Amino acid sequence: MIGLDTVIEGVLLGGVYALFALGLSLIFGIMRLVNLAHGDLILLAAYLVLSVTTVLGIPLLVATLLVVVVMFVAGFALQRLVLERVLGDDILPPLLVTFGLSIVIQNGLLLVYGADSRRLQAGAFESSSVTLGGGLSIGLAPLTALLTAIVAVALLQLVFYRTSLGRAFRATSDNPQIAQLMGINERSVYAIAVGISLAVSVIAAITFGIRANFDPSIGPARLLYAFEAVIIGGLGSLWGTLVGGIVLGLAQTIGARINPEWQILSGHLAFLAVLMVRPRGLFPSRRP
Amino acid sequence: MSVTAARDKVEIGRGAGAAPLWQVRVGTPLSRAAAIGALAVVVALVLLPAVASRNLIQDLIFVFTMLALAQLWNVLAGWGGLVSVGQQAFVGLGAYALFAGVVTLGIDPVFTIPLAGLLAAVVAAVLGPLLFRLEGPYFAIGSWVAAEALRLICAQFKTLGGGTGMSISPSDLSQMIGLKSAQALFGLRPAAARDVLIYWIALLLAVAVTLGITAFVRSRMGLALAASRDNAAAARSVGVRTGRIRYLLWIVVAFATGMVGAVVYLQKARISPDAAFSVTDWTAYVIFIVVIGGVRTIEGPMIGVLTLWGLITYLAQYGSLYLVVLGIIAILIMLFMPKGVWGEIERRWGIRLFPTQRVLSRTSCGSDLAKNDLAK
Repeated sequence: MIGLDTVIEGVLLGGVYALFALGLSLIFGIMRLVNLAHGDLILLAAYLVLSVTTVLGIPLLVATLLVVVVMFVAGFALQRLVLERVLGDDILPPLLVTFGLSIVIQNGLLLVYGADSRRLQAGAFESSSVTLGGGLSIGLAPLTALLTAIVAVALLQLVFYRTSLGRAFRATSDNPQIAQLMGINERSVYAIAVGISLAVSVIAAITFGIRANFDPSIGPARLLYAFEAVIIGGLGSLWGTLVGGIVLGLAQTIGARINPEWQILSGHLAFLAVLMVRPRGLFPSRRP
Repeated sequence: MSVTAARDKVEIGRGAGAAPLWQVRVGTPLSRAAAIGALAVVVALVLLPAVASRNLIQDLIFVFTMLALAQLWNVLAGWGGLVSVGQQAFVGLGAYALFAGVVTLGIDPVFTIPLAGLLAAVVAAVLGPLLFRLEGPYFAIGSWVAAEALRLICAQFKTLGGGTGMSISPSDLSQMIGLKSAQALFGLRPAAARDVLIYWIALLLAVAVTLGITAFVRSRMGLALAASRDNAAAARSVGVRTGRIRYLLWIVVAFATGMVGAVVYLQKARISPDAAFSVTDWTAYVIFIVVIGGVRTIEGPMIGVLTLWGLITYLAQYGSLYLVVLGIIAILIMLFMPKGVWGEIERRWGIRLFPTQRVLSRTSCGSDLAKNDLAK
């Protein structure tokens, strides 16, 4: 029987998937770029945080801020030095470059850190929980992950619709040529977008790295979950992406409850089912 | 005036008699010479097992199967614009179909190969309408998700080894058709004779795939496919059924990819879901081959596969460093030489061994010029 605890677990897991998906959704929305290295970049962020906390002995919160800055700069540089050269009408070059990047990061991490499973240490925070009525309790870490996802979506919405940067993002997304005529520097808009995407990925990496083990080979799976959350939620809607993540999380936990081997598979099947029934996702944006 | 250009005109002059004023040509004298050369190479490769070591035969099985996969991905992604990162799905399905056919049904391995292709084609036909709902770049990840789902489903079949995989016992392969004659022909032990047999099948597949794709992209259908990639709306407006042509291509490529998968795993004789559906082995390598050699050329994958073979021979011992190097090479080529090694050769010297470009020439005018050229 699928109990309330399974549902809660699924919703909380969905928060992590939504965080994976936000960065992917952001740069697709603005520059129509699908970053196949997204999952591996999340893992790179997780390993950077791991190194900063264990080698330098800096507390997790400070390390997070540091790595957010590092990844923002890395994203900015990635766009200006690499991706910018291949963006265009042909979809093949950007896909192949980001796919190559994925292989490079994945195997680079394997070289530096080895194949062992790692985990981020968050002290007592990891194991503490909030007790609800009826014998239910919720882990503090997963709950924080979901709340972080909600806050992240709200913040990004705010940036998108209430700031001049957001206006530049939306204008460039609608029509880059006209946006440029209006004095928007397309190159830096794109570079900032990739920077923000990677900065959000650091948050995703930390919420994920505290609750589960990770090793260099699991990057592509993070990309697939992120992608599934985006498509289930509907392209172009950040709140939709959050719901998409939760649907995916629910599908996985319910599948795992029926048979532990089916966890990942039921997530994929839920994605294919949504694609069959509602090809534009649950909450497609009204913009064509 | 370059030598090739002059030759072109001689060729045009020869066919000028009853030909229309304007004529579209694909072949050149150089390409006809290349075809004869290629035929000689293939004949030499067929005869090679008489002298080659077993190691070389096994290496060449790898080269031929990777070449076939690269040509197939090139036509799908390069010419068709269907950038799939999930072709490992069909390699894995073909491999699993082979094991199911040989181990559980007791069918001869050689006959199982086309059946494996058929299974891959059927699954592709079912997945196609679903994945085609994803536009351009999202199709790439969608195909990857489908491949992952198929990997997890194959891991559920306990009779085929579940998640850990299984092996084909040599006794299952001892009755393979043609094995006895290969054994007698070269005086080999069964295991070595099996490699020779698989070598011939792999060679046949690589040649058939290359010839088929060359003929396809030079045909009207190939032109229609390129048109649907470049501008679907414009292609539809001149009567190209863009959806159907891409769907058919997707299925046919899956069919051939499934057969290649079966051949690869017939030689390995050991399967596991993680290996058979590996994105690194069956898609990353294949993409690197095409990118390094040159997208949208027939020659590119050939150059790419030989480069990869060379790199593997010298660098594979370094494990993941090797993949890092390969990935960086692919990115640099994409950035600075986007048409790949062969594309660069084409651009600099105008050499096209297996041309796919159409050249429009004015025949009557051309024949006059040609006569002039000949007179000189």
